[in-house]
Amino acid sequence: MDMRVNPKAKLKLVMVGNGMAGVRTLEELLKLAPDLYDITVFGAEPHPNYNRILLSPVLAGEQTLDEIVLNDWSWYTDNGVTLHAGCKVTEVDRVKRVVHGVGPAGEAVSAGYDRLIMATGSNPFMLPIPGKDLKGVLAYRDIADTQAMIEAATTYKHAVVIGGGLLGLEAANGLMKRGMSVSVVHVGPWLMERQLDEVSGKLLQGSLEERGMRFLMGAQTQELVGGEDGRVKSVKFKDGTEVTADLVVMAVGIRPNTALAESMRLHVNKGIVVSDTLQTVTDPRIYAVGECAAHRGIAYGLVAPLFEQGKVLATHLAEFGIGRYTGSLTSTKLKVTGIDLFSAGNFMGGDNTEEIVMSDPASGVYKKLVIQDDKLVGACLYGDTVDGSWYFKLLREGRKVSDIRDKLMFGESNIGDTGHQGHSKAAAMADTDEVCGCNGVTKGVICKAIKDKGLFTLEEVRKNTKASASCGSCTGLVEQILMFTAGGDYSATPKLKAMCGCTEHGHEAVREAIRTPLADGSRLLTTAQVFAHLGWKTPNGCASCRPATNYYLISTWPKEAKDDPQSRYINERSHANIQKDGTYSVIPRMWGGETTADELRRIADAVDKYNIPTVKVTGGQRIDLLGVKKEDLQAVWKDIGMPSGHAYAKALRTVKTCVGSEWCRMGTQDSTQMGKDLERAMWRMYAPHKVKFAVSGCPRNCAESGIKDVGIIGVDSGWEMYVGGNGGIKTEVAHFFAKLKTAEEVMEYTGAFMELYRTEGWYLERTVHYINRVGLDYVKKKILDDAEGRKALWERLQFALDGEPDPWFDFQEAAVDTRQFIPIQAVQATTEGSAA
Amino acid sequence: MSHNLWTFICRVEDIPVLGSRRVAREQGLDVAVFRNDQNAVFALLDRCPHKGGPLSQGIVFGTSVACPLHNWTIGLCTGQAAAPDEGCTPKFAVKVEDGQVFLDASELATQATDLVRPIAGPLRRVLSPLPLGEG
Repeated sequence: MDMRVNPKAKLKLVMVGNGMAGVRTLEELLKLAPDLYDITVFGAEPHPNYNRILLSPVLAGEQTLDEIVLNDWSWYTDNGVTLHAGCKVTEVDRVKRVVHGVGPAGEAVSAGYDRLIMATGSNPFMLPIPGKDLKGVLAYRDIADTQAMIEAATTYKHAVVIGGGLLGLEAANGLMKRGMSVSVVHVGPWLMERQLDEVSGKLLQGSLEERGMRFLMGAQTQELVGGEDGRVKSVKFKDGTEVTADLVVMAVGIRPNTALAESMRLHVNKGIVVSDTLQTVTDPRIYAVGECAAHRGIAYGLVAPLFEQGKVLATHLAEFGIGRYTGSLTSTKLKVTGIDLFSAGNFMGGDNTEEIVMSDPASGVYKKLVIQDDKLVGACLYGDTVDGSWYFKLLREGRKVSDIRDKLMFGESNIGDTGHQGHSKAAAMADTDEVCGCNGVTKGVICKAIKDKGLFTLEEVRKNTKASASCGSCTGLVEQILMFTAGGDYSATPKLKAMCGCTEHGHEAVREAIRTPLADGSRLLTTAQVFAHLGWKTPNGCASCRPATNYYLISTWPKEAKDDPQSRYINERSHANIQKDGTYSVIPRMWGGETTADELRRIADAVDKYNIPTVKVTGGQRIDLLGVKKEDLQAVWKDIGMPSGHAYAKALRTVKTCVGSEWCRMGTQDSTQMGKDLERAMWRMYAPHKVKFAVSGCPRNCAESGIKDVGIIGVDSGWEMYVGGNGGIKTEVAHFFAKLKTAEEVMEYTGAFMELYRTEGWYLERTVHYINRVGLDYVKKKILDDAEGRKALWERLQFALDGEPDPWFDFQEAAVDTRQFIPIQAVQATTEGSAA
Repeated sequence: MSHNLWTFICRVEDIPVLGSRRVAREQGLDVAVFRNDQNAVFALLDRCPHKGGPLSQGIVFGTSVACPLHNWTIGLCTGQAAAPDEGCTPKFAVKVEDGQVFLDASELATQATDLVRPIAGPLRRVLSPLPLGEG
């Protein structure tokens, strides 16, 4: 029994509103600080939190109400959250800090707060016309509206939907599916004019008309006429015409629900005005999140930005004091089965923009891409939305598109993706089709996880299913499945991606911080210093940010920053490749892929002596010894007596060569020598990811230089240099980079390019992705146009590599902890005692 | 109340900070002993509940270790996999006294001695041949 007079009470957190954004905020908060608050939630609807986005599929009879509940009653009790469902808040006393409400039976309910979240969402806007209060006139916002519509559809025949926007069309489609005859009244020039341009709007109208929907475009509603029973009977327009209606749904827009906030005298302008930390500008104890909040003048109505807000708010409530919400880009998709449309950004274009348009009305396909200053700024797709998520990604990243402009219209699958050919239509895929080849995840598994667990973001799908969590090449496909399954308004991710959950900072910000000397002139040289300086949320990072940060330190400050083996993945800590059974593989370096009888004899002897079960020739012209026990690694390295091949590291791996002019009757250049020279100059070079070179002696290109990070091809007059190729998951053909005359030039240009990539690339970013991010033109400017800069880069790399140890032999210098190779033997019992 | 037979394993400083050592046993897989940056020591069976990866080879952070094979996060205090992954690795009692690390001999001798490492290499083909048609 607690005998203290005044035990430290938990803080009281009250939330007004029980919708998606608010409850998501609580979920995030409970993850960060489960015991900080006593939480009370007031919800006007008599339901637990449900997925409002999926009301349209419910109306259309494709899902049931039970299926769209996100947090059932037990979630509230399990997490100790007091829920007053069906309880409308009438007053908030900001002086006494008490929330007053009226419960479902008319009883008074109140709760005091230390902190208050306003999550009141929005209200449907009702046209102020005569007859708006008649029976049979509804808005489309919540479960009650949906149920009323479903009920009306069983007894009545004629429905009129006022508003041809996203919500109106979804309502019209649902009612039509329930057997009603539906007319849509739309005052705008074409449907969904906020999301579609004229051409796609007309296409949409056509295909909905084919399904039996009728449209009254440009019609202005004057009055709703009631019958003797007090129920609506028709809709009358300004031009005098009249349409029969026994159900009228108004879907002309939503307004942030700010009535309560105004009565509390919080500052309201287009919503409850909040700062980047979601705090109201009026009262620091009060926050607002979701559709009711106005951030930098925008009240968002789509789910993803609201979840982002929730995440930021949770970190502040958890008293971490970090994280800012800086706004979101949004995209739209209509949840009408069988109709594909997608739009994002500035899809209308303007004076300073260019447009790429593909229009094939007969087959119902229309695509428009809007480009400004060499960047994609808007997209509007109709009929074929496969690449919607890819365009959205380009848009968000603000990536230069000049290099892919000619292929842009034809989608991501035309940019050299061999992984998913013929499999790029998420909607057309069967449930058993594999989406993520790395982790063997099928479409069915992803859909099920999205539905069962209520997932909304790519990150969540990754965590729960592992789909696209490894190589990421199926990210677009997973995003599409998310769009189709989670329903339309899926959209938007942060403009700036954090490195991992430990920090709000992105890779670039961390690199920049490491590069920049501190105020006292000193430098950040350890991961601990970086984490402290940038306010990491975790004491020592995680398995994702620590290796990245360690790499940034040693690549930025060679000879100064000390490599930390405990921040390295196991392969780079044990200098061998771990296998599924916990044994290791050993690949010694064979310069340019050449070996000798002596070396082969030593390898053969080691294989016998240490019972190495498998010997395999690699794709990089080397020999792989598989199944070496960790205890034997040091001895195997010593017996073989060849340098480390770094086949286990984010470093220079192989330099593949062809035979070249020394032997080959076709050879024009000595490619083997060039390869050996490059390899000797640049081995031991750590990089953001693995690096592979190849040198071919003639354009027949037997060394496959076209799919290497740096590929060199000998021609009569010298050498051609290619960069950014990749033979992995997603085959990428290297870009032609420069024509060079001498072997010295090849060395200097290659070294300079490598140093640029080493110091600017983000961890785990291959050269192809680095080049895509910064643009090939930028790399050319740095290496080709700037001779001084190029020489400086090459010198810097030589400085960094000078005297670097071989981790297979120079244990001390390479910071190899040799204790790891020897297991401890537990021997005798020394003390005897009983458990505490 | 159980009776522990504490066996000396090593000194705390024999385990790298944010690292681990393997402890061989007469029977069964190794036990991994971990040390975090607060000098707390933890002991788990050296086997991830997912696909049997050696946890001793993973990256240690906070009070967790990331499995080197597929990056599952395993809690060092409980052996429990972090959500949404599910699974648990057997944990072992640890005592630290005067900078010395002890494990319980009876646990070492008896706990989870039946669990094995996944099989790789040619042995795999011999031990688990493809199922032959039965018709």
